[in-house]
Amino acid sequence: MEKKPVEALRLNEITKRFGELIANDAVSFSVSQGEVVALLGENGAGKTTLMNILFGQYTADSGTVSVFGQTLPPGNSRAALEAGVGMVHQHFTLADNLTVQENITLGVNPLFSASLGKAAARARIVELSERFQLSVLPEARVANLSVGERQRVEILKALYRDVRVLILDEPTAVLTPQETDDLFATLRQATANGLSIIFISHKLHEVMEIADRVVVLRHGKLTGGARTKDTDKHALAAMMMGTETTPPDIATTSPGKTLIYLQNVTTPDIGNAPGLKSVSLALRSAQIIGLAGVSGNGQTAMAELIAGMRIPSEGRIILRGETVAAWSPRTAVQSGIARIPEDRHKTGTISDFDLTENAILERYTSSTFSRNGWLNWRAARGFADEIIEKYDVRCPGADTTIRLLSGGNMQKLILGRVLEADPQIILANQPVRGLDIGAVNYVHGQLLAARDRGAAVLLISEDLDEIMALSDVIHVIADGRLSPGFERGSMSPAELGIWMAGQGFDEAVVHAT
Amino acid sequence: MEIIEILFTASFWAAAIRIASPLIFATLGELICERAGVLNLGIEGIMVAGAFAGWMAVYSGTGLWTGVCVAMLVGMAFGLLHSILTVPFGLSQHVVGLGVTLLATSSTYYAYRLALPEVTSPPKIEAFQPFEIPLLSDLPLVGPALFSQTPFTYLAFALAVVVSVVLYRTPLGLAVRAAGENPAAVAAQGLSVSAIRMGAVVVGSGFMAVGGAFLTMSAFDSFFFEMVNGRGWICIALVVFGSWRPGKALLGAVLFAAFDALQIRVQQTGFGADIPYQIFLMMPYVLSIVALVVMSRRAEVPAALMVPFNKGER
Repeated sequence: MEKKPVEALRLNEITKRFGELIANDAVSFSVSQGEVVALLGENGAGKTTLMNILFGQYTADSGTVSVFGQTLPPGNSRAALEAGVGMVHQHFTLADNLTVQENITLGVNPLFSASLGKAAARARIVELSERFQLSVLPEARVANLSVGERQRVEILKALYRDVRVLILDEPTAVLTPQETDDLFATLRQATANGLSIIFISHKLHEVMEIADRVVVLRHGKLTGGARTKDTDKHALAAMMMGTETTPPDIATTSPGKTLIYLQNVTTPDIGNAPGLKSVSLALRSAQIIGLAGVSGNGQTAMAELIAGMRIPSEGRIILRGETVAAWSPRTAVQSGIARIPEDRHKTGTISDFDLTENAILERYTSSTFSRNGWLNWRAARGFADEIIEKYDVRCPGADTTIRLLSGGNMQKLILGRVLEADPQIILANQPVRGLDIGAVNYVHGQLLAARDRGAAVLLISEDLDEIMALSDVIHVIADGRLSPGFERGSMSPAELGIWMAGQGFDEAVVHAT
Repeated sequence: MEIIEILFTASFWAAAIRIASPLIFATLGELICERAGVLNLGIEGIMVAGAFAGWMAVYSGTGLWTGVCVAMLVGMAFGLLHSILTVPFGLSQHVVGLGVTLLATSSTYYAYRLALPEVTSPPKIEAFQPFEIPLLSDLPLVGPALFSQTPFTYLAFALAVVVSVVLYRTPLGLAVRAAGENPAAVAAQGLSVSAIRMGAVVVGSGFMAVGGAFLTMSAFDSFFFEMVNGRGWICIALVVFGSWRPGKALLGAVLFAAFDALQIRVQQTGFGADIPYQIFLMMPYVLSIVALVVMSRRAEVPAALMVPFNKGER
């Protein structure tokens, strides 16, 4: 007889509203001890909200959470922590200017105790980091850590408190494949010791790899569930989307004339990230150029250069055959360059503005939206409604504050704003980061449609699959240097990987001379 | 050179330390508030209120130390008002701070008129007297300068040590620093950001009021209108100058006070007589602006300073 597993966590009829938005609608499920349950759902399905309720950061409008049979008081993170619930947020909750140890021990001792007990705390952190292979130095300042290391600190924070149920909100979104493997090894070891894990991810192959069971949220409701051994990626995608999804078909096109040409452009370094080093690149009409590379190898410099936020220290920008004299974000926008920025929260939207205001953010001076210095709100509102309708932005209305939207819906608004202006050059920087498959296919489809209309697209992504699926020509960027262009299908991922590791550049120079 | 001679007189350094003391209290108070993420522009008014409250308490017959406690309590009351408006309600810290300064200043003058309706010149109290620390006060130069001050001054320096120890060596201090760096991190560890920030503002405001009380109870022995005279604003600059660290802030306060003590003495020299005295009055402020510009380049501003935190908002 198999022993009946102990129920570690139960969510009972959780409902939460943000204004008119119903984020969670009577959601119930449970997790057994030592089990990994993946929580799947599209953007805006309510996954993060649900987990924040579970962790006591939001207060549910109704419903209860119980841990090992004990019901938690609502909206109380301290009670959740004491009951053994730990959470690693998608956006890390670490204080940059404090050390790793300070971040981990924050709030563990009673506030009015006389000493921090630094030596004992340090020994425990070192012991835990060795046991779970989470190597990180307790004295290091968080500001100096890489994203992967910061995540280890977040996990250590939970382990330090003897967590029994660990929530991981999209933990792999920011990790390299190698770091993801390390994370999974750590998680397997932890579950073997009886830890229960709720794993939120968009990446179906990871869910299949790490989870025992999957539950699916759609529009805030629990719509399905399955054991991973009884299902496959295709079925999960279908459950998540409600329909079977297909990646976009890609017809080849013949590229048109060169719209923008970078000639031997060099830009200064940005902090630790390299600038461009004598880069030449042509963006041609009706062509998608993919820029592959490991993050922090000059992608930011390239994106800022095209967007007009950075000027070359050497070399020239030639726009439709004419050398550009003064290059600025405004001239870039006026020359028909549209950008889908890398960070939709920081540089893509103004979070306290509503959808209408965000929709006209880059074009409020155009004659459509303002006349004689007066904004035409009727036209702006109409434009926002049109984007919401056409690009399926799920929201209560155009007067919703944009920060209330999920990442995917925010991205759809940005996409609509960009494409409705019918741009000739599109800079798409990490356009699908953090989006679910449905939204990913939608964004990709729209980029391909723009290409077919004759736009030049520069796609910057750290996801090689995305680059290889979409790009007509692939360039690899490594340490600010640009590889030659590779035609679609001419390179295997392994061959591109060699370039991404920084090899091949010197030989190419030798061949060229 | 006469200026060099002044620098080697004990009376100059004694004056510098005396002038620095109220600044040290108030700067530490502001530093605590800002470390928790709240800019407290109520400092100027809270110092006025503290100066009056301490002096009035002693004038009505309490002991000197009781007077200090009364000043602290009055400061904490204004701090509570400031923190309720800025922390749970998340109102603009600039507006609330200036409002508290105006309220504290005017209600102090009002209270003064209520308490002493008939007087033309404010009465004097028996203020703190210098206490010579045995042995140490016999040292040449340093003795009279550092160790022949009033007990109130010794308290200022002791408080700097205490604040430094609490901030860097206790869980409470860690929580305060984290609240000013990333309140979400504090909330994620199950602590109440509101309680920590409000506590910091209340205690910090208490220290500001004690700084004010030093003026009426140790530096002078009476209360005058305009006696705080912008010292609160100087303290806000000193926090930046000190890079939000208690030790450096203390050093900054002494440095500023030294300039102030120096300019008074240089005015009286032969060389000083040829120059308009306003130039000398200006010098400490000019030099602090220069020092601020130089020092603040490397300053580590608390990342969440002036960022309100509302639980459950996204």
